Amino acid sequence: MIKTDILIIGAGPTGLFTVFEAGLLKLKCHLIDALPQPGGQCSELYPKKPIYDIPGFPEVLAGDLVNNLMEQIKSFEPGFTLAERAQTIEKLEDGSFLVTTNKGTQHNAPVVAIAGGLGSFEPRKPPIPNIADFEDKGVAYMVKDPEVYRNKKVVIAGGGDSALDWSIFLADIAEEVTLVHRRNEFRGALDSVDRVKELKDLGKINLITPGEVDGLQADENGHLSSVSIKKKSEATEEIQLAVDHFIPLFGLSPKLGPIADWGLEIEKNAIKVDNTLDYQTNVPGIYAIGDVNTYPGKLKLILCGFHEATLMCQSAYKRIHPDKKYVMKYTTVGGVTGFDGTKKEAPKAVVKAID
Amino acid sequence: MEEDVKITIIDREGETHEIDAPTDMNMNLMEVVRSYEIAPEGTIGICGGMAMCASCQCYVLSDTELPEMQDEEEAMLAEAFHVEDNSRLGCQIPITHDLKGLKVQLAPEE
Repeated sequence: MIKTDILIIGAGPTGLFTVFEAGLLKLKCHLIDALPQPGGQCSELYPKKPIYDIPGFPEVLAGDLVNNLMEQIKSFEPGFTLAERAQTIEKLEDGSFLVTTNKGTQHNAPVVAIAGGLGSFEPRKPPIPNIADFEDKGVAYMVKDPEVYRNKKVVIAGGGDSALDWSIFLADIAEEVTLVHRRNEFRGALDSVDRVKELKDLGKINLITPGEVDGLQADENGHLSSVSIKKKSEATEEIQLAVDHFIPLFGLSPKLGPIADWGLEIEKNAIKVDNTLDYQTNVPGIYAIGDVNTYPGKLKLILCGFHEATLMCQSAYKRIHPDKKYVMKYTTVGGVTGFDGTKKEAPKAVVKAID
Repeated sequence: MEEDVKITIIDREGETHEIDAPTDMNMNLMEVVRSYEIAPEGTIGICGGMAMCASCQCYVLSDTELPEMQDEEEAMLAEAFHVEDNSRLGCQIPITHDLKGLKVQLAPEE
C-alpha cells in the first residue's frame, strides 16, 4: 500500500504544481495517472504546441512546461503510479481515503486532490453496433502482448502512427495483416508510411483504402470470425474478410470515467467545488482542482489550475494538522527546502562599509 | 447588431436554433455553439479548438462557401466517426459575414 499526505489524481500541470505547493508545507504527494507519462493533455495531445498565457512565459511549448514543472517539483520527491486509472475510493475508519487503481494498486492518504482534467484517456471505439460483444473475443483497442497475434489473421483500422507501427510490427508475427483506413493518406511519421508501402509491395501487408470496417461476425463460440469492410473506390464494394483479430486504433479521448461514480456532485461533466474557499467537493477531504472542477465563472486555464492548487494545499494542511499554527511564507524569504535534503534560497545581501 | 451574422444550427436532439453569431470576437463555430449552450459543456470543444478531437463535428446543410479544409482538420476527420461527405469541424470555421445563411447540424456525440 502506498501512503502519502496528498494523493493527486491526474499528473497534468495542475497536479504537478500541487506537489510544489504541498512541498512548501512539508506535505508529501503521490500522483496517479492513466497515461504512461506525466503532463496530461500537454504531453499527450499537444507537446509541440505553444501556450501564451502562462504568467511570466511569453511563449512556452506545452512539453517544455511539463519538463519545467517536473524540474520544479523534483526535490519534493513525488511518487507516481502511471498507466493506471484510479478506479474506486473508500473512506476508512480513521477518516483517510483508500484509492485503488484498475490494476489493483492501493493508495492511502488523508487528502485526495482530483486534478483529472478532462478525465482519463481511453481508446476511441468505432461505432460498430455489436463491437462490445467482441471485446476480449477478438477485438482489442490496444496491443498488449504481440504474441497473441502469432500466426493469426489480423485486421488493423486507423491512419495514425499506432496503426502504422503495429501493422509493421505484426507483419512479421501474424499470418496475415490487413490495414484498413478511410483515406489513402496516412498521417504518421514518413518513415512508417514508407515502410508500410514496402511491406504492401512485398505482399506482407494487405492494404484496404479508402475503407472502413462496418460489421463484425462471430463463430459458434462467440469469437470474432470475420469482418465486413466497406471499400469506397469508384463503386462502393463490400468485402468480407475472415480474421481472428480486429484491432481498431483511433487514438485516445478523455472520459470522466469511474470518478463520476465516487458520490461527488457533478455538473456539466465536471465536479462541483466550493470556490469561495478551498475547492473542496461535497465530500470533505476530497478536493477537485484544474479543468476537472466547475464553479460559477470557472475558466479551464492552466493558470487557474495553479491558483486552485495553491489554495487547496493550504486547506489540506489545516485538515492534516488541525492544531498547528501556520502562515504562508514567500519562497524568496523562506527558500525551498526539498525532501531530498537540498535547499534553494536567495543569496544573502552583503553589507560592507565604505571607508 | 451589425457585427452579428445569422446562422442556423440543428442540435443533437434535432431542435433548430436560429442564432446571431458575433463576427467581432475572433470566434469559431464550435465556440458559438458553446456560448449559446446548444450542446452541453463537456460534450463539445473538448480539445479546446485544436482540431484534435472531432467533438465539434457538424454536417454542413447549406451551400454556403466555407474556408478550405486544412491538413489538421482533414486528418482528424479521417479518424473521426459518423463522418459524411459534408462533415466539418466547427472549431476550424471562423465566424465571418460570409457565413450568412449557414445551416449546420451537430454530429452525434462519440
